[in-house]
Amino acid sequence: MTREEIIQKVNSTLAEEFEVDESKISPEGAIKDVLSLDSLSLVDLVAVVNYTFKIKIPTEDLRKIETFNDLYDYIEQHAK
Amino acid sequence: MGIWSCLGTTLDEVRDALYNGKSGVIFSQERKDAGFRSALCTDVKKPDLKPYVKRNLRQFMPEEAQYAYMATRQALEMAKMDQEFIDSHEVGIIYGNDSVAEATMVALDKFREFKDTEMCGSGAIFQSMNSTISMNLACLFHLKGINLTASSACSSSSQAIGLAALLIRNGLQDYVVCGGAEENNMYGIASFDGIQAFSTREDAPTKASRPFDRDRDGLVPGGGAATVIVEDYEHAVKRGAPIIAEVLGWGFSGNGDHISTPTVEGPARSLKHCIENSGIKDIREIGYVNAHATSTHVGDSREALAIAQNFGDYRVPVTSTKSQTGHEMWMAGASEVIYSTLMMKNDFIAGNINFENPDEESAKLNIIPETQQAHFDMFLSNSFGFGGTNSTLIIKNI
Repeated sequence: MTREEIIQKVNSTLAEEFEVDESKISPEGAIKDVLSLDSLSLVDLVAVVNYTFKIKIPTEDLRKIETFNDLYDYIEQHAK
Repeated sequence: MGIWSCLGTTLDEVRDALYNGKSGVIFSQERKDAGFRSALCTDVKKPDLKPYVKRNLRQFMPEEAQYAYMATRQALEMAKMDQEFIDSHEVGIIYGNDSVAEATMVALDKFREFKDTEMCGSGAIFQSMNSTISMNLACLFHLKGINLTASSACSSSSQAIGLAALLIRNGLQDYVVCGGAEENNMYGIASFDGIQAFSTREDAPTKASRPFDRDRDGLVPGGGAATVIVEDYEHAVKRGAPIIAEVLGWGFSGNGDHISTPTVEGPARSLKHCIENSGIKDIREIGYVNAHATSTHVGDSREALAIAQNFGDYRVPVTSTKSQTGHEMWMAGASEVIYSTLMMKNDFIAGNINFENPDEESAKLNIIPETQQAHFDMFLSNSFGFGGTNSTLIIKNI
């Protein structure tokens, strides 16, 4: 999967799951703010990434992922 | 009052469907393909909550809570109970529910597939608790009074209304959102189908639910939600609420016997307690009985005897609206109060459709087979459930 494909897949999947307009997702955007995530719905982010990319984000790594760019990087690094 | 049922999703639609003898029963190929012995069920519209409830809050709501939300919105609107009023008063909720099968199954399937609890998602724990409806509605409508789920099988929501009236009568609450909901997916009742309780008249779905009829062969599972606002009379008058009816009496009993086969004595005692509790002097004041009768052989027969025993030589008109709706189970106590109230307010008794021939027990009752114009100001509604749990309400017109 190329980085472009990852970005496209992440954006479309998260926009659908969290019911936000895909145009509001930008690489520098703060994930929690853009997707309106709280401590509970953060679990859904982990589940969606696991389901879509077969990547399990451990809690200690999740804390370091703040922007969409961070998430693209993480998926790119961990994609099999 | 608010309703989300196979007969309609507004009170007007439901009133007309009752009057016209419409059946909400359908055949489901999906259930047949999945392995159901009986693929009969009811057709309940799926609500769209997107305009009202944000995604992160909808995550906590299984199907039955979504039905309950829609019914409760209607009921609060009709009762003229807006958010400003709710925010400044202690409004409670007692809601009947007794299954969360699909939500539980979906979450645990994901857990088992991925061997990872996080894969259940953020909403799973809240969706898969039996109190999911009362917890969701209390948070969404900001209800600050009693927050309770009544679980007593098919008498759940009748008990909810009775309990609410009791709390109000004792001065412990002034306003209680009451009701019942039933998930309408196949997983909620797959094991019920497994004990061969359902009608197999699949070639004629609308004829399948035939309470009290000699040729009945089982019930048809239904679902949806029904909500009533129970309120202290003086408070309702004071705030200028549109008062529809009065919960005049509640009676309940346990059979203390078989888990699925009802007795005559238990239900009869529920009726007796309710009649005594209501304080009515003449049983002929009750102009209509909405029976629990689900279209099972034993259940309908035993109820017929229990009604006949209590009403003696007074041949009160009796019907079971389950002939049109199927068995709405945890929702049935509240929905049937609404169906009966709609009849009472519009001067008719909806016919017990598919009642063609009585059997020995149902011949003892005055069962109304077709819709009749009739004025009555008081009705009795029965709800009985597995485990021998019985609840009876008497409602008076205002």
